[in-house]
Amino acid sequence: MAEKLIPTPSQTVGPFFSLGLDRPEWNDLTCGHPQGERIVIAGRVLDGDGAPVPDAVVEIWQANAAGRYAHPEDPQTDKPLDPNFRGFGRVATDAEGRFHFTTIKPGPVPGRGNSLQAPHINVLLLSRGLLIHLHTRIYFDGEPANAADPLLSSIEDPAVRGTLLARREGSSQSGSPAHYRFDIVMQGDNETAFLDL
Amino acid sequence: MASEPLPYARPRPGTQPPVLYPDYASTQKRAPKRAPLRLEHTLSETTGPVFEDGWAGPDSTDLTRQHKGAPLGERMILAGRILDEDGRPLAGTLVELWQCNSAGRYHHPVDQHDAPLDPNFTGAGQAVTNAAGEYRFLTIKPGAYPWRNSPNAWRPAHIHLAVFGPAFVTRLNTQMYFPGDPLLAYDPIFQSTADAQARERLIAQYDPALSEPEWALGYRWDMVLRGRAATPLDPA
Repeated sequence: MAEKLIPTPSQTVGPFFSLGLDRPEWNDLTCGHPQGERIVIAGRVLDGDGAPVPDAVVEIWQANAAGRYAHPEDPQTDKPLDPNFRGFGRVATDAEGRFHFTTIKPGPVPGRGNSLQAPHINVLLLSRGLLIHLHTRIYFDGEPANAADPLLSSIEDPAVRGTLLARREGSSQSGSPAHYRFDIVMQGDNETAFLDL
Repeated sequence: MASEPLPYARPRPGTQPPVLYPDYASTQKRAPKRAPLRLEHTLSETTGPVFEDGWAGPDSTDLTRQHKGAPLGERMILAGRILDEDGRPLAGTLVELWQCNSAGRYHHPVDQHDAPLDPNFTGAGQAVTNAAGEYRFLTIKPGAYPWRNSPNAWRPAHIHLAVFGPAFVTRLNTQMYFPGDPLLAYDPIFQSTADAQARERLIAQYDPALSEPEWALGYRWDMVLRGRAATPLDPA
C-alpha cells in the first residue's frame, strides 16, 4: 500500500469566523417543507466557568424523517429520500451564547452490526479557543428507542448520558413545532459527552 | 447482511492539535476535561452534506472585485487541491475562506485593532472544488496582527479555510500560512500541532508557475482530509 498523506491539522476558527461562515438562513432546515414532525432545538453554549460562549458555531447533520441520509453512501434504498430535506444546518451563537435551529425529527438509522440507532442529530462545535472541533449528538428524551441505542446504552453514568438528551419544553400548541432544549457545556461538572470520531 | 459503512482513519498521534494547549490561553476554559467517548463509525459519521448542486450559492473566488475599487495590498492567487489521505482528489466539496485585509484588520465589528479598514475589501469567498479536486482564489495577502493571548503577541499572516469533504467526520477548519514567516515560531496556534511534518502541511508554497506576470503572486496549497481506514479491494 502506498504511504498515506498526513491530513492537514485543524486550526481554530478564531473570533472573526462570521465573515466566512455566517449563513443566517442555514438554521432552518425546514424551508423546503420536508416530511416529518417539525421541531425547534434551542440551547446555549457554555464554557468551564459557566459563562456563555458568544463566538461558537453549531453545525448539525441528520437523517430525514424516514431515517435516511441525503448522501450517496446511504444504502437504504428501501427508505425514501426527501427531495425537500438536505439534513445539514449551521447556526452561530449570539452574545448570550444562545442558538436555535428548526428542523424535523429524524427517523432511526442503522448502527453497526444489526443494531438500530435511536433518532439523533449529529453535532459539530467550532469556536474561538477550540483548535479542533468537538463532536456530540442530540438524542430525544423519552424516546423509546433510546434504550437500545448502542451509544446511549454504552454510557453507564446517567448524568453523562443525560447530557446527550434534548428535553421537551412547554406544552406544544397545535400547529406550532415542539420545542426542545439542548445546552452544550464545553467544560466542567455538567460537561457534555463529546465523541471521539 | 447489510454491508457496514467503511470507517475513516483516526488521526496519527501528534498530527492534530490537542483540545487543551495552555499556550493558547482561550483553550483553558473551553477544552473538555473528560476523555471523549470513542464511537465506531456508523452511517451518521460516514455521510455528510453534499454541495455539488450549488446549494451553498454561487462561487465567489475573486476577493479583489467585490467592491467599487481595488483593495490595497499584494495581489495573490491561492490555488490547490483537496485530497484524501490516499491522494485521491475530492470533487464537489465546499471551501469557505475568510481573512483580514493587508493591514491586518478584519471586516468584523469585534476587531478593534488600530489598523485601517479597506472599503474595497471584505475578505470572504467560497468555492466548490472541480472534478480534479481543485480550488482557486484571487485575493490580497493578509497582514499580521496583534492579539491579546500574551504580551506583544502577533498572529502570523494567515487565511482561514473551512472544508467539508465527503463525510461529517472529514470536516476540516484550518488556517494557511506563508513560507518563511518569522512569526510562525512564536505562534501557539500554529505550534499546537506537535508533529513537525503535519505542521508543514499548513504552509503554502510559493509557485512561480502559478504567479501571473505583472499581476499576482501564486501560492499553492493542498489540503488533505481524513481518508478511509482501509482501502477497499477493487472488485475483480
